[in-house]
Amino acid sequence: MERTPPPRTYLDFEKPVAELESKVAELRALEDEDSGVSITEEIKKLQQKAEAALIETYGKLTPWQKTLVARHSDRPHALDYIASLIEDFTPLSGDRYYAEDAAIVGGMGKFRGRAVMVIGNEKGSDTESRLKHNFGMAMPEGYRKAVRLMEMAEKFSLPVLTLIDTAGAYPGIGAEERGQAEAIARSTACCLKLGVPLISVIIGEGGSGGAVAIASANRILMLEHAIYSVISPEGAASIIWRDSAKKEEAATAMKITAQDLAGLGVIDTIITEPVGGAHRDRTRVMRATGDAIAKALAEFDGKSPDEIRAQRHDRFLKIGRSL
Amino acid sequence: MNWINSVVRPKIRSFLTTKRDVPDNLWVKCPETGQMVFYKDLEANQFVVPGSNFHMRVGAPARMKMIFDGGEFTKVQVAQTAIDPLKFRDGRRYTDRLKDAKADTELDDAVLIGEGQIQGLDVVVAAQDFRFMAGSLGMAAGEAVIAGMLRAVEKKTPFILFAASGGARMQEGIMSLMQMPRTTIAVQRLADAKLPYIVVLTDPTTGGVTASYAMLGDVHIAEPGALICFAGPRVIQQTIREQLPEGFQRSEYLLAHGMIDMVVHRHQLPETLGRICRLLMTSKTMGKAVVETPAKKMNGKPYVNGAAVDGKTIEAAVRTGPGSGVIEAEPVPPSERFEARDKARRDPDVTQRPAGKDQPRS
Repeated sequence: MERTPPPRTYLDFEKPVAELESKVAELRALEDEDSGVSITEEIKKLQQKAEAALIETYGKLTPWQKTLVARHSDRPHALDYIASLIEDFTPLSGDRYYAEDAAIVGGMGKFRGRAVMVIGNEKGSDTESRLKHNFGMAMPEGYRKAVRLMEMAEKFSLPVLTLIDTAGAYPGIGAEERGQAEAIARSTACCLKLGVPLISVIIGEGGSGGAVAIASANRILMLEHAIYSVISPEGAASIIWRDSAKKEEAATAMKITAQDLAGLGVIDTIITEPVGGAHRDRTRVMRATGDAIAKALAEFDGKSPDEIRAQRHDRFLKIGRSL
Repeated sequence: MNWINSVVRPKIRSFLTTKRDVPDNLWVKCPETGQMVFYKDLEANQFVVPGSNFHMRVGAPARMKMIFDGGEFTKVQVAQTAIDPLKFRDGRRYTDRLKDAKADTELDDAVLIGEGQIQGLDVVVAAQDFRFMAGSLGMAAGEAVIAGMLRAVEKKTPFILFAASGGARMQEGIMSLMQMPRTTIAVQRLADAKLPYIVVLTDPTTGGVTASYAMLGDVHIAEPGALICFAGPRVIQQTIREQLPEGFQRSEYLLAHGMIDMVVHRHQLPETLGRICRLLMTSKTMGKAVVETPAKKMNGKPYVNGAAVDGKTIEAAVRTGPGSGVIEAEPVPPSERFEARDKARRDPDVTQRPAGKDQPRS
């Protein structure tokens, strides 16, 4: 029987699950050493207990807990989705003005047999790659590269998929000097004027303008435990409550969860995650995401560029008007 | 102190006493030089500190009055939006904060839309008011920007936006963020209609406002010394823990880094805006009766980046200028125009050169 290995890191609120799972692991090791009599039965019981605890914990995640899940270091990132969903992926680099920014990855490839352009925020998954990708916080070059790829997609009639996972655009001297705000504004504008379908999936953190810049899409899909917000809960706590310890309260008040956002009409579809979060069963979450993307893309088959553009405009102009 | 003041509770007291016309701050301190200015003088000088030329922040109604011909404009009505979509409270209810802001500013929200004429040309103008919850972009403000832009499309007029904002309205969370793509769509409607969209960036323009409609203009003008940025200086300092460069994120810095076209003194704004709009609307106004204002020439004066004058030029111009405190940008009044008859008055080196600059000198 094959089992997903338990995650390398547990979040604080997963403690009961962690204890049970580590006990199961211990017993397993014991079982391997000498075949005890009733130990298999014991393991099974504990296993069930652990699963029940996991289901219980994840059944009632608070917005702050979801924030932690969305930022979980084991959570699959953009490049993981690309590796699993895109064939013949051909990465493209550089904004042709200044530099290559690895915080935004992109390129062309085939999604379920169909040529597409993929763009995503990549956070990196170990120290080295995190530094390389600047923890997913893009510079103006990243957004200008995104614009370049989107325009190329438009030219060759390729649908665009974007994978959103960033704490936000990078706040730094160089970024400001080179026009971070302008780069984000242009990228948003580019998303909105595309005549090809643009589907966005918020796979982890949707951090403010840095996310909007590549997520102004025809359809916005969102993983069950992802978050999307104008400011991080910590940021909101320190700005509005003037107390960074109020982050849990802020996370709730800001309405950042997929469930809240679906209610507000900001996102279209919630992609169900495996119990315990996307990192517990990558294969399943990739399949679910692929299915959701395929379904969203199919809606635009046979639509003209004008119709696609008009749908996107209506979608955004409508937001908030019926609240 | 009157006996009634000590007996009657404050709320009732406000009914008893008439509202004072004189502002509390009769004297205003210039934040730059520390010089004290009489409020009336400041107001008369469009809230530019005489002498130091420091541009103080201006509310939306005052802005409208100083930009439209004769201060006359019609307010454009904006559709109601949902109030408090998140049912937000942070110790105080957001709806209460809104009520206070409305009472303090006598505005509906942070963006005021007006239509009227600038230098005889019909325009629609949006002005953000920093006094209204830091000019933050929420649903109502976003809707107002959209309404203003669509009004300009409908009337086929240029659209001028005075940006002043602390960024997104936190209390409206994601609904505030959604104003970035929403307003961008309206900008595209303006572009599709080939109408000029002029952004005037004033102190401060930050965050989600800078990162959407405020950076998508055809022409970007900034008032001198304005803070214009995506991430605020404090956030950047906390992130990188380094000293920020001198003048970082100020208008002149943005001009040097190619983000804006010009830095224009407040007194010169109506003239500059009128000229830009007239030039860009040439093809649209052809055949129609337009109030023609005399064209102005460069007249041998140094070309400083369009109508732009950087901070230093302004200072110098104020010191050496014709005393009024009004900055002379390079356009020159008809009386001073280069004509053959007043050749003698000018620098012979410049004026007596043959017209074509490629021609060899004898």
